[in-house]
Amino acid sequence: MDVLVCLKRVVLAGSTFVLTPDSRDIDTKHLGFGISPHEENAVEAGVQLVEQMGGSLTLLTLGPTDAEEQLRSQLAIGATRGILLETEGEDWDPQATAAALVEAIMAEETNFDLLIFGAESADSAGYQIHIRVAHALGRPIVTNVKSMKIENGIAQCERVVGTTRELYEVPLPAVITVRDGLNIPRYPSVPGRIQARKKPIDHKKPTPRVPKLEKVSLSVAPSNTAGAQILGSGPEAVPALVEVLKTIGILA
Amino acid sequence: MSTVPSKAKAVVIGAGIVGNSIAYHLARLGWRDLVQIDKGPLPNPGGSTGHASNFIFPVDHSKEMTAITTESVRQYTELGTFTQCGGIEVARTPERMQELQRRISSGKSWGIEGSRIVTSAEVKELVPYIDETVILGGFYTPGVGVVDSLRAGTLMREKAVEMGALQTFANIEVLGMDVENGRIKRVRTDHGDIEAEYVVIATGCWSPRLAKMAGASIPLTPAVHQMKDIGPVPFFADSRGDIEWPIVRDMDTNMYERQHGTGLEVGSYAHRPILYTPEDIPSNATAALSPTEFPFTQDDFDIQDEHSLELMPSIIGDENVREKYAINGILSLTPDGMPILGETPEVKGLWTASAVWVKEGPGTGKSVAEWMVLGQSEIDLHSSDIARFHEHQKTTYHVKARTAEGFNKTYGIVHPSEQWESNRNVRLSPFYDQEKALGAEFFETVGWERPFWYSTNSHLLEKFGDKVMPRTAEWDSRWWSPIINAEHLQMRETAGVVDLSAFALFDITGPSALSVVQKCAVRQMDVAVGRVVYTPVLGENGGFKSDLTIMRLGKDHFRVVTGGAHGMADKKWFSDQCPEDGSAQVFDLTSSYTTIGVWGPKAREILSSITTDDFSNAGFKFSTCRVVEFGPLRVLASRISYVGDLGWELYVPIEQGSKLWDLIWEAGKVHGMIPVGIGVYGTTGRLEKSYRAYGAELETEYNVVEAGMQTPKLKEQDFIGKAAHLRHRESAPVTTLCSLTVDDHTSSTGEKRYMLGREPILTLEGGPITDSHGRRSYVTSAGSAPSLGKHILMTYLPTELAVMGAKFLVEYLGEQYPVTVAGVGAAPLFDPSNERILA
Repeated sequence: MDVLVCLKRVVLAGSTFVLTPDSRDIDTKHLGFGISPHEENAVEAGVQLVEQMGGSLTLLTLGPTDAEEQLRSQLAIGATRGILLETEGEDWDPQATAAALVEAIMAEETNFDLLIFGAESADSAGYQIHIRVAHALGRPIVTNVKSMKIENGIAQCERVVGTTRELYEVPLPAVITVRDGLNIPRYPSVPGRIQARKKPIDHKKPTPRVPKLEKVSLSVAPSNTAGAQILGSGPEAVPALVEVLKTIGILA
Repeated sequence: MSTVPSKAKAVVIGAGIVGNSIAYHLARLGWRDLVQIDKGPLPNPGGSTGHASNFIFPVDHSKEMTAITTESVRQYTELGTFTQCGGIEVARTPERMQELQRRISSGKSWGIEGSRIVTSAEVKELVPYIDETVILGGFYTPGVGVVDSLRAGTLMREKAVEMGALQTFANIEVLGMDVENGRIKRVRTDHGDIEAEYVVIATGCWSPRLAKMAGASIPLTPAVHQMKDIGPVPFFADSRGDIEWPIVRDMDTNMYERQHGTGLEVGSYAHRPILYTPEDIPSNATAALSPTEFPFTQDDFDIQDEHSLELMPSIIGDENVREKYAINGILSLTPDGMPILGETPEVKGLWTASAVWVKEGPGTGKSVAEWMVLGQSEIDLHSSDIARFHEHQKTTYHVKARTAEGFNKTYGIVHPSEQWESNRNVRLSPFYDQEKALGAEFFETVGWERPFWYSTNSHLLEKFGDKVMPRTAEWDSRWWSPIINAEHLQMRETAGVVDLSAFALFDITGPSALSVVQKCAVRQMDVAVGRVVYTPVLGENGGFKSDLTIMRLGKDHFRVVTGGAHGMADKKWFSDQCPEDGSAQVFDLTSSYTTIGVWGPKAREILSSITTDDFSNAGFKFSTCRVVEFGPLRVLASRISYVGDLGWELYVPIEQGSKLWDLIWEAGKVHGMIPVGIGVYGTTGRLEKSYRAYGAELETEYNVVEAGMQTPKLKEQDFIGKAAHLRHRESAPVTTLCSLTVDDHTSSTGEKRYMLGREPILTLEGGPITDSHGRRSYVTSAGSAPSLGKHILMTYLPTELAVMGAKFLVEYLGEQYPVTVAGVGAAPLFDPSNERILA
């Protein structure tokens, strides 16, 4: 079983964003970077599959040189190797990103049985890359998977839509996107960190593409200044609480 | 809309462990109308307290640090927030084992009980998850423990509120501070202005930013300390409390490992220094974690992962034990590693307690509150005094350079005389080039490059042979040279010229000048113009604040000469006594004048050969000063001595210093004069004469009578500390400063060893010696006395033990050596009748 997980280096921000003076980016001076939470589920799923079935787990990302940090962190969790498609640090739009990923996947000798993505990135949340990649590769895709089982070359994937549970069976090779609830991502161990330093990362230069989307500027959404509303304390707060529970449909 | 009171006695800015404990102790000492503000939420406003690892190792080589830490442990315990777990510093190298022996000695000197050296097998018994094969042994301190610093701070705040003394406001941002006539007037916040008599900045890594608002300087830098919390650890699965196993400090890798519930915290001071500026610290809202928890940078921790794996493979090497949490935690570090406490020299009423660690928090709070309310703290804080900084030491460049250099020495083996490598050659005497040509070995004091000895004097080694008391042990002879002792002996035969440029000099002038110096000095200052007076300066408790020399240059004109290291604090002390009406003024002349000392039997002949002035014994009496002509120069000459020989200190405007050096040099050559370094001036010459030094023998906790420095008659006029001094004179002192000599230097390996200072003095049975006030006997100063062929140790001994010929032991690096009391009180061992000085 050869699995490929795609990652994106994203900023880990506090409760308030600060933009750069030209309003084109988030000011990351005080901030660290990680990967999107759903991608942590994706890596965990990949690690578990390889633990159960053997094979390899490859991590693929497109991003700045510093994205090696995110690859190393996930290699520390149990992935086999990494591929870094190095940009100059600028954002690539979804079409360009998907095309670069496809190009890299096609260039691999391994024919990956399963490609796993997070449902969306934590920063731009475009929900596009995985579908574009699946389409370009001509593979079936199941999105927003919350439970998964692989048997005899078939991936059984469950997703939840509203109050409905949907079950899909797709033949491998396939693409899935995952979200929280699929598993509990593990943190790295110190031996994992030490091993990760020795694991291979291929640095590649993706073919530059003309962007079709242009980022003009960012603006910080107005914060909800109301904050938490205190309904009261003790028994006298109960009626107000009941009203709220009715409003959100928990009580009839 | 204003939510803060418009007036307060004192505003404490900061609600970390330091601000909370200052607020509490100010209340306890009787102050009311206290207002505490913090820009973060309570109980964890987001400063360094909130992410501290919270453990306390009580033993430190610094007496001051140990005292503050001991007091802090007492308070944490009283608040029910201290959990004793024991701690072990482990050694991977023989050098470290020697260092651990030195820590045992420091523990004994400062009264920390129960520490002992343990074998690697014993370490394994105490900490079963350690791989004992990578260590040689350890230093076990049962009193090590962990505190809940947030809880302790909350309790202290609540106590102050209960007393009706304190109001605390969270989420208040300081926007500015108003200073009027050099005094703090008002704190401006985003929720209103507060007028206050006192403002205390206790905001850790933000402190420099706040000080700047008032035009003051707090020279610290935010710096990263990396910490990783891993777990759950199966071995700790049954642990119930915060901590049950001893904390391990892996000294040689600059790391620590401590159990934290079911996890293990691994911290490091081994990574590259990562320094920020206070402006780099984000707000609570924009920070991903807290403002002082920066994103962990794994690259900087890679080697530390391997080191921790070596030491604790059964836990760190367990693939199922995972990183729960890892941060680049922000600490406040200073260029000399000590906290920054006290009233800022720039703004009256503006105080700070910054660069304080959790282990020192409550002790610092108490001490600074005492200092504010009573004018003096029980613990001597001179090494932490904010007034210690010279101007160049306040620059960002200096702060960053020295902090970066010091960071990786956090657990280092630091020799008592160790020199800094960074930011050198900042203050050069006008004859620096001449000294360099003479092979000067420069040591730094407050920026000044001072020759400690001159390699061109090495030919004297042959002349004096074994009289130079050569040292074979590397540690004893590090930052030392037998040339010092050769220079000493040659000076006693002919003469030596000494660079004293590092003196701090300041003038006190004006109609009230006499009353200001009278107030500061124990000795009579209403003396004839041209008199030089050496005097103790006391605090209210009669303990030492300083000792220095004052020249009366005119009716309303006095010049204070004091050591560079303490000079800026002395200047603040005198400035603080000046009346507000401006009738006395203090002018700093440190960078205006340079000083050269010439001492030795030939000093008179040498100086007489370049002046027409009368340098005869009768013509230029001891303890007098006057302006004389040396060739083309007018020089202020002062006949005093700190080395025990006839001679003068010569002061000239700094641009003429080089000329004066050359004149003396030419004149001295024919008389066999040599250049003499500070090794003689500060140690050998001084110790032979039993001269005391501030910061060594003279501290707040000792008084004039105990130091043997009382005069038969006391001046009538009042001075600070007089009431206490009168009490001290009424009864016999409980401790007496003595000079001991070492009887036998031979160690168990047959090598002769030479103590360097701060070692414990023990009874012949090997027990510690404590006076009736609880003060331990330890070596205040140590050094060669080449004229006597002895190694001298100064120490306070309980008066009943301070008997000529009494025998004791001194402990040095794990071995004990016999010593004998050779001098009681101020009586010098060399030339006791001062014939040479008065010749």
